[in-house]
Amino acid sequence: MSILIDENSRVLIQGFTGDKGTFHAKEMIACGTKVVGGVTPGKGGATHLGLPVFNTVKEAVRATGATTSITFVAPAFCADAIMEAADAGIQLVCSITDGIPAQDMMRVKRYLLRYNRERRTLMVGPNCAGIISPGKAMLGIMPSNIYKQGSVGIVSRSGTLGYEAAAQLKELGLGVSTSVGIGGDPINGSSFLDHLILFERDPETEAVMMIGEIGGPQEAEAAAWIQKNMTKPVVGYVAGLTAPKGRRMGHAGAIISATGDSAAEKAEIMKSYGLAVAPSPSELGATMAKVLAERGGARAH
Amino acid sequence: MTEFQGRAEGARSAHTEEAKLDIHEYQAKELLANFGVATPRGAVAYSPDQAVYCATELGGWHWAVKAQVHSGGRGKAGGVKLCKTYNEVRAAANEMLGKHLVTNQTGPEGKVVQRIYVEVAEPFEREIYLGFVLDRKVERVRIIASRFGGMEIEEIAKEHPEEILQVVVEPAVGLQAFEAREIAFGLGLNLKQVSRAVATMLGCYRAFRDLDATMVEINPLVVTKDDRVLALDAKMSFDDNALFRRSSVADMRDHSQEDPREVQAAEHNLNYVGLDGDIGCIVNGAGLAMATMDMIKYAGGSPANFLDVGGGASPERVAAAFRLVLSDRNVKAILVNVFAGINRCDWVAEGVVQACRSLDVNVPLVVRLAGTNYEAGRDIIEKSGLPIISADTLANAAQAAVTAASGAGKQARAS
Repeated sequence: MSILIDENSRVLIQGFTGDKGTFHAKEMIACGTKVVGGVTPGKGGATHLGLPVFNTVKEAVRATGATTSITFVAPAFCADAIMEAADAGIQLVCSITDGIPAQDMMRVKRYLLRYNRERRTLMVGPNCAGIISPGKAMLGIMPSNIYKQGSVGIVSRSGTLGYEAAAQLKELGLGVSTSVGIGGDPINGSSFLDHLILFERDPETEAVMMIGEIGGPQEAEAAAWIQKNMTKPVVGYVAGLTAPKGRRMGHAGAIISATGDSAAEKAEIMKSYGLAVAPSPSELGATMAKVLAERGGARAH
Repeated sequence: MTEFQGRAEGARSAHTEEAKLDIHEYQAKELLANFGVATPRGAVAYSPDQAVYCATELGGWHWAVKAQVHSGGRGKAGGVKLCKTYNEVRAAANEMLGKHLVTNQTGPEGKVVQRIYVEVAEPFEREIYLGFVLDRKVERVRIIASRFGGMEIEEIAKEHPEEILQVVVEPAVGLQAFEAREIAFGLGLNLKQVSRAVATMLGCYRAFRDLDATMVEINPLVVTKDDRVLALDAKMSFDDNALFRRSSVADMRDHSQEDPREVQAAEHNLNYVGLDGDIGCIVNGAGLAMATMDMIKYAGGSPANFLDVGGGASPERVAAAFRLVLSDRNVKAILVNVFAGINRCDWVAEGVVQACRSLDVNVPLVVRLAGTNYEAGRDIIEKSGLPIISADTLANAAQAAVTAASGAGKQARAS
């Protein structure tokens, strides 16, 4: 097991024939991902990397039975691509694209709610590195060789800081069940909480590392849920202790923002809910190793 | 005015706060007027003579002369003057133009005043606060209103939250008239005023939606004796990511109001924010960049900047990053930390070596490469013969940079 994707996930690539789509499709296939085709409007009927290309996601789903997609679509058209995937019944859509207008994402989130819970598409990203279940499948752009297969789940806002965590774990002989990048944009398709719920249910995951950043309410919300509902240990970290101040005009932002947005405050909130917080970004792996040792050792060495 | 200088503001980063474009008050009023928002008559001026000409053309008996800078808190900083004669208009314009206005939102360096807005001063009875903001918690547009407009609105929000009216707009249908009416009646307006306030709110919402704004704020929205409802001040911010489809808004960008280094960075698609430490940072990925800065702090040093070179860091981009970091005179050491995913360490290493050869890098340089092709990258650095300190882990890299910076500092002081 693992969460979100495994060796059986049937993957569609939206924006398949572009440079980025092509490059990363090859990488994903090399990782064992079952890529079954791609979508590029206007290029339907063609074959690319030995796989069929379709004009619409609906056609692609009908022909290939795809359940998962990843978008390498330019920011201006990406919201459209995500909604098309949702409408075609894709269960998981991952968007790597950086630079989607915030109001487009607002509409995407609203659009996803038109389906009932069972039929609703889970979106990961945008502006993220994607998802990897090491040894099984990759739906993203990460360097797959830094991940060792194992039992630690990683959920991170930042892509490269997620890499850092995986590399530190590997250095200590610890592996990863699934690593998810939820993305750095103000509006994300899915939150820390969405993925913590999945990790809690996944029998292969023994512990989770949650790597947050300053700004937004997500980390605190997730930490509160962890204390109440999670049986597996969670190691937390929040980047941005020395982060620069943003420019702000006017009062509206300050009026709606609750306290608890800074890195120090978020780390305190995590601690108060019983999470083990890594003292520095170079001790992500070591903190996880310590937590696992206290629990009686990890299975996957 | 007391701002939330502490937690709320300090907690924003270049990564998680949407990159945005701010515009001037007069530009915001112009845009909002197109959506049916009533504003006092006014005109923009670039010189004292023009300011007087504006006042004569506008007519009226009193004028407000307002410095156009991207900041709130102008009134208390001397950026808004009420004038009763043309001579006073001239004097106010003369005093403001060319000066740096320092408000509690600009930082100590202030912002240069290159334009002023001359406006017919309208006597008013009441001041209302009206704000529209993209709220990332609910992922929708939130409207905030209070019958206590003016400078102390954040205090009121804190001390008397019951005085803040809020509506979250359903994005599928947009703001409905009844929602605006509820706010207007809640503000205690009379019937005539209510219909005008509703038109103002619907106009602001449409402007927000149709122009890809992230913030629209009217503070104060004033009610005159004859029941008119006017936007006395207006602030708008826009989503940088949407400017490709809002060219008229993009044209309103005023570089004089932005940090020149950030402007230079944006030209190379780099994300840079200057800080006051002495270790220059060049990192890929905003999260890793923040973690690197944190690590420098833990090692006893202080970062000079946040700089995310992003994915696909070409040699040109790396060179641009070096130029930016070196333009900060406080920098005593540079730390490059790249964890390559889409990037390849050998390309980044080539970029670093090229930058070192073409630029005068006169401070110690620490490079940490990890991820795709890191062996090849470290090899290139080693074989270059340049005095580059190679580090394998984040902790070692930060430690090396801090040691190098303090060493360089001593040398500089000794010489």
